Amino acid sequence: MGASRSLPSRGGAAGFRFFLYAVLAVLLMFFDQRGGWLETARSGLGAVAYPIQLAVSSPATAWKWVRESAATRAQLQSENTQLHARLHQLELRSMRFDALLRENAQLRALRTALPPVAEKYLLAEVVSVELNPLRQRLLINRGAQNGVFKGQAVLAAGGVLGQTFRVSPWSAEVILATDPEHAIPVRVERSGVRTIAVGTGSAGALTLPYLPVNADVAAGDVLLTSGLGGVFPEGYPVAVVQDVKRDPAQALAQVRAKPLAQIERDREVMLVWFHPGHPAAPWSEATALQGDAALAIRPQAAPPAPPRTRTPPAAAPPPVAPPAPGESE
Amino acid sequence: MISRRGGEPRLLAVATALAALVLQVVPLPYWLSILRPAVLVLVVLYWSVQAPRTGGITLGFVSGLALDVFRGSVLGQHALAVSLVVYLAIRFHLQIRNTPLFQQALFALAALFLYELVVWSIDGWSGHPVAASTRWLHPITGALVWPLIVIVLDRLRASR
Repeated sequence: MGASRSLPSRGGAAGFRFFLYAVLAVLLMFFDQRGGWLETARSGLGAVAYPIQLAVSSPATAWKWVRESAATRAQLQSENTQLHARLHQLELRSMRFDALLRENAQLRALRTALPPVAEKYLLAEVVSVELNPLRQRLLINRGAQNGVFKGQAVLAAGGVLGQTFRVSPWSAEVILATDPEHAIPVRVERSGVRTIAVGTGSAGALTLPYLPVNADVAAGDVLLTSGLGGVFPEGYPVAVVQDVKRDPAQALAQVRAKPLAQIERDREVMLVWFHPGHPAAPWSEATALQGDAALAIRPQAAPPAPPRTRTPPAAAPPPVAPPAPGESE
Repeated sequence: MISRRGGEPRLLAVATALAALVLQVVPLPYWLSILRPAVLVLVVLYWSVQAPRTGGITLGFVSGLALDVFRGSVLGQHALAVSLVVYLAIRFHLQIRNTPLFQQALFALAALFLYELVVWSIDGWSGHPVAASTRWLHPITGALVWPLIVIVLDRLRASR
């Protein structure tokens, strides 16, 4: 191939090679858009890329470690007292929550209290954060090896953060609710109006583009997950409505909401697994066809009479002082 | 220009491309990340212009694929864009190589715009959002750092 060293034929060879690579790239794009077998190839590539991603995020991790180990005793003590206070608050609240749960179970005429909708939690550390108008993503350090699956709900302090989008063996990419390609079915807590919250690409805002002008929504309303869509369970906080613009000339209201999940505060998020048959679990075709277990736990059409009128001693501590045992006889 | 000793600096090309990849994907605050030049594309362009036989289009394609994996974009999107600009750089490397750094920077500007144009149009076809106008800023900073990249990589090649 001595002739290939001359200039014109070398240019021709480059052109031919470029043509081959261009065809390869177009084929890759085509199959990647279609989904399917490239998903596994992608997961493998993600596993190869993970060490580099870890290395890339290591300066931030190292800085965090330095800052933490340089914290003074006084700082740690004050943080400790703060955490204790917070723990007490949460304990009080969860006591009330337990009581409400039991009461709710009774109202649903179920003999036993419902288990919590979340079955398992897994904490994951954030490896890297990408927040720009086109993509709002996180990379976390748990993957298929930890049982993470595609389309799993991810929570953070305060509320729903997003869902897993790509899962590699040791890492997963989380698409945030604020990503412009993400939409989450929600319900307004106060009025029960159901709609869909779409990301805007800015970290502090969601938009509700499908609400009519006369919809019952106001600034300050809390948006909860509605349980539709098959990813998020019902009743988890998502965002607070910030402002509502109603232009009579337009059919739809312009509503902006601020997400409640805080990601900057600590670099940890929570992956959640749900009981498939639970009434508050995300509804989908798959969970709807789970069989008798799912049917039994759904509210019945004609509930049987409550077995006992007296509240069990553990349930619902009454707000006023309980009457003496002699008086109630 | 640098006299070529020994064979082609293939290992050096791969190592510098890997370092550039790290620079291009390291997380930065948003306002910095919109100004961040596409360092990997610039380094691959350098090798295509100065030593077109070391990496060639294969280096461009593989770098683009790595960008796709790290950015989470459609597989093949950046691969196609980088392959295209690398092909043009190889095709015209004799003309580009013999111009002063200032004119080379203009070439880098045009190449980066072409690269972003390809990425942008594939974003559009594949149904991803394309609205942000800030994406057209990085070719300018890329052209500004081109002389720096040429000087650093020339040094590295000379010290080999």
